[in-house]
Amino acid sequence: MSVQTMESQETADAALQETADASWVARQRSEAFERYLMPVIGTVLLVVVWWLIIVAFKVPPYIAPSPVAVAVTFANKFQLLFSNLVPTALEALGGFLIGNVLAVATATVFVHSRRIERIVYPVAVLLNSIPIVAKVPILILLLGNGMEPKIAIAALIVYFPTLVNMVRGLQAVSPQSMELMHILSATKAEVFWRLRLQTSLPYLFSALKIAASTATLGAIVGEWIGSQVGIGALIIQATYNFDSELLYATVLMGAFFSLAFFLVILGAERAFVRWQPESR
Amino acid sequence: MNATPLLALDATGVSVRFNGAGKGVTALSNVSFTLEQGGFLTLLGPSGCGKSTLLRVIADITKPTSGAILVLGKTPDEARRNREIGFVFQESALLPWCNVIDNVRLPLAVGGKHKKAANQGPSAEELLALVGLAGWEKSFPHELSGGMRQRVAIARALLGGPKLLLMDEPFGALDEITRDRLNEEMLRIWRETGTTVVFVTHSIYEAAFLGQQVMMLAARPGRVREIIQIDLPEPRKLALRETADFTKMAGYLRTVLETC
Ligand SMILES: Nc1ncnc2c1ncn2[C@@H]1O[C@H](COP(=O)(O)OP(=O)(O)OP(=O)(O)O)[C@@H](O)[C@H]1O
Ligand SMILES: [Mg+2]
Repeated sequence: MSVQTMESQETADAALQETADASWVARQRSEAFERYLMPVIGTVLLVVVWWLIIVAFKVPPYIAPSPVAVAVTFANKFQLLFSNLVPTALEALGGFLIGNVLAVATATVFVHSRRIERIVYPVAVLLNSIPIVAKVPILILLLGNGMEPKIAIAALIVYFPTLVNMVRGLQAVSPQSMELMHILSATKAEVFWRLRLQTSLPYLFSALKIAASTATLGAIVGEWIGSQVGIGALIIQATYNFDSELLYATVLMGAFFSLAFFLVILGAERAFVRWQPESR
Repeated sequence: MNATPLLALDATGVSVRFNGAGKGVTALSNVSFTLEQGGFLTLLGPSGCGKSTLLRVIADITKPTSGAILVLGKTPDEARRNREIGFVFQESALLPWCNVIDNVRLPLAVGGKHKKAANQGPSAEELLALVGLAGWEKSFPHELSGGMRQRVAIARALLGGPKLLLMDEPFGALDEITRDRLNEEMLRIWRETGTTVVFVTHSIYEAAFLGQQVMMLAARPGRVREIIQIDLPEPRKLALRETADFTKMAGYLRTVLETC
């Protein structure tokens, strides 16, 4: 067999691959449609069921509002809601950034020193086992009543899951790749930047997607004690005033932010981890 | 230096012991052989006889417990630092986030001060043409078939013009048709580059078709059973495998293998 026929065989393979690819793309498209349509259907169903229950059981507004009332409040009090979202969002973003940067840094140290890992990891596990609601008052005493304790809580809440995932990701390098790097006399820094970091990206992003919502949660819970502003503070005020419509509208605002945050991370993942086909 | 040309490999009494849990394993016991430059040596033997271990000792991935091996007159460590060794794994070990050309150029991207050595020899583009993948530079590994991925891995191993190419069952995971095609390709690449090749395989036919010599290893402990010269008409084409000479050779290898 000559090189010529070999190449034409390869081209034929490629053509076959292309038709396979085309049907794959079509399947992907209908899958994407399913993926985006189904959650919408689910959400609409939830709202309809909620509304039906309110109407059928004549639930009084101070116990639970109807979706329509919540929507009206959301629109009317948008200014109030938004001005309270800003500090919560800043705290969540700040905590997200600090917690994740520290987690990635710790994981980097861990994969280069087993000893440090053995010393620090149990401490991290211990701190993580303290429930978040117990950490809040401690941090408020330590850091005062500003944004700092909320940022600290958000950072603490994201730190551990990202650390665990990142360590796993940095170690997920195949032995063959490590041997290849050895044969090429690669330095430790090159192995880290060229191999470990790239390998860890899918692991990192799955942690970051969780962190987007837990950081928001941390900021909100942090605002429950002694805060005057923020989604958390507004939730507490609305609850004490039996203002269920405002309460629900506030929760909705927090949820929208959390969702938007998640989608931004998802977008970043799609941009950075293009090399891994979805099926894997 | 010497009047006699430098040997590609010169092993004397190489032994490798792994002290794992339990009693430990002697992967290689007192292995001695030489290989001249430009040769094509295939390693054949039952599973666990130390073929991969021998390759890894040559590539300086594993240190021998005792004995020594000279690679082009140097220690494996020096040869590795001089970029005189190329390695192809069973799984292509391509970086999935790099496209084909960047994968081939990996030896230029890593290796600290040793990476300069990769500037010698043919360019990445020339090597891709050599392995029949011209035009695929921008594709990503997951867009390629298994056979194409191995071609990329071969091109990568050849960057910098290494004098010694080590291959550990490079076509073991491929279907038979692709494997046959790549076997013939491999001989052409060997002739065109003039590099010395040490090729591990499980297949008697592959060993006989590719090798100028077949080194048969026996298991437990891993040791050299016999080194067999394969005298078959050159250049070898796939049709050679239908000839009586080839069948006789393969039959002989089989009888030796059965005693390992
Ligand atoms: N890192 C290691 N630690 C402990 N034992 C090992 C290690 N690597 C190899 N061995 C043992 O050494 C022996 C030889 O292994 P090796 O991988 O060299 O065999 P092989 O001939 O390549 O086998 P195969 O044909 O299955 O690939 C085996 O018994 C194996 O279990
Ligand atoms: Mg092996």
